[in-house]
Amino acid sequence: MNNPSLDSIVLSTRIRLARNLKDHPFPARLSAAEKSEVNAIVRDALLDGENGLRYLEMKDLSAIEAVSLAEKHLISPEFASDAAGRALLLSEDETVSIMLCEEDHVRIQVIEPGLSLETAWGKANALDEALSGRVSVAFDEKLGYLTQCPTNLGTALRASVMLHLPALSRAGLMPRLSSTIAKLGLTLRGTYGEGSKPVGEIFQLSNQVTLGISEQAAIQNLESIAKQIMQQEAQARQSLKNDSLFVDKIYRAYGILTSAYMLSCSECTDLLSLVRLGAALDILDIPIEALNRLLTQIQPATLQADAGRACSPAERDVMRAQKVKETLQRK
Amino acid sequence: MLCQHCSKEQATTHIKRVVNGEATEQHLCAACAKKLGFDSFFDDFSLSIPNIFAGFFGDAPLALAGRQSERCATCGSSFEEIVRSGMVGCADCYKMFYDRLLPSIQRIHGRAKHAGKQPPQTVAATAAPQETPQAPTKEEKLAELQAQMQQAIESQNFEQAAVLRDTIKALKEEA
Repeated sequence: MNNPSLDSIVLSTRIRLARNLKDHPFPARLSAAEKSEVNAIVRDALLDGENGLRYLEMKDLSAIEAVSLAEKHLISPEFASDAAGRALLLSEDETVSIMLCEEDHVRIQVIEPGLSLETAWGKANALDEALSGRVSVAFDEKLGYLTQCPTNLGTALRASVMLHLPALSRAGLMPRLSSTIAKLGLTLRGTYGEGSKPVGEIFQLSNQVTLGISEQAAIQNLESIAKQIMQQEAQARQSLKNDSLFVDKIYRAYGILTSAYMLSCSECTDLLSLVRLGAALDILDIPIEALNRLLTQIQPATLQADAGRACSPAERDVMRAQKVKETLQRK
Repeated sequence: MLCQHCSKEQATTHIKRVVNGEATEQHLCAACAKKLGFDSFFDDFSLSIPNIFAGFFGDAPLALAGRQSERCATCGSSFEEIVRSGMVGCADCYKMFYDRLLPSIQRIHGRAKHAGKQPPQTVAATAAPQETPQAPTKEEKLAELQAQMQQAIESQNFEQAAVLRDTIKALKEEA
């Protein structure tokens, strides 16, 4: 896309593919030792030394490191909460992460910045081809790829885009938008997926139906709906730009973020949402990419992982304020 | 605000929950939050996802709980266990309990025929000379008809929907 006002609305694109080995029960029926066996099979199939993946046993990570991976959306929060029998294949640049023995034996995930569903799908598909060329994958002609939870049957593809929708949510349009989207076979939900509340006015739009629709159709459908939502958000933003009370809010948010000594995570994300909107509307001169990175860097576990130690909530609030100040004042 | 649990420390953890449509709020200090099992890391995340999926199977399959002794030969799961957990035991369960899983699958996805890619070995198997494709079972026919009816309703083609409804009814009544 070449429209900067639309580009700033999308944070990232994700493609996730669920796969299971044909001859092993699904993870819920496996002991930790049996899970390790499955993990070793998948590891040997995918670690070819060329795709730049490295293999991590979740039990070798500290709780802080594991939760930080969840904050970066590289693994699910649920995966971070229990290390037994679980492993991860992770690329150096953290765009590819493959969870082993989460809800399914294999969960391939690719994250790309901006709206780039085709690119992300291409990468995920290549990994799937590599895997299914070397191991027998559970598949049925009628039901497609077999998954532990029947909601993922068929393509077992979940495609999603992270959208920053402050103007639409401030206009109170989210409930109506969500229900319209549900009728189109898609869902709109909070930042950390299933059941999570939206943080910093960031929403995740993803496909819901996986059986009876091809990967290409699902992706194209998602892309076209995402673009329509982005258009609406862009229009709603223009009217906010002319509202001096709202512009004042943006400057005040910037003022607090650049001068506060302590910032809690929720205050910080709320204010960053305003500042990100200000940057997108050219009210503030801050690169959007830096703000996108900041949204992850200020998360509690990621702050501690970067500091290399556990910190009290108060310490974290000081560190968070420091980090935000550094980023916003850097020109 | 003071912690609602100990009423001594400042509340720093705020938990909002919606249970059966009723919203409750709790305000706790860090120590009490930890004691009560609200690990600060996971506040914003949802937990216990499988329970939500269990709801997808609804109560219809439970009504069919006649053949309790039947278990999947590969993983030992019974159909009741699958319904209770919302999770299928293994790939073979889908074969074993196909007819009974199909109505739920149909309800979740609207359709019940895969339309996406296939793994390479399956492509090879399909390309090889094969016996004539199996005639669809009654459940598959019903699923397909129901999907067509749903589409007809959505496109406001009520005449066609009525015809499909009658066909479905007739098929259901067949012994």
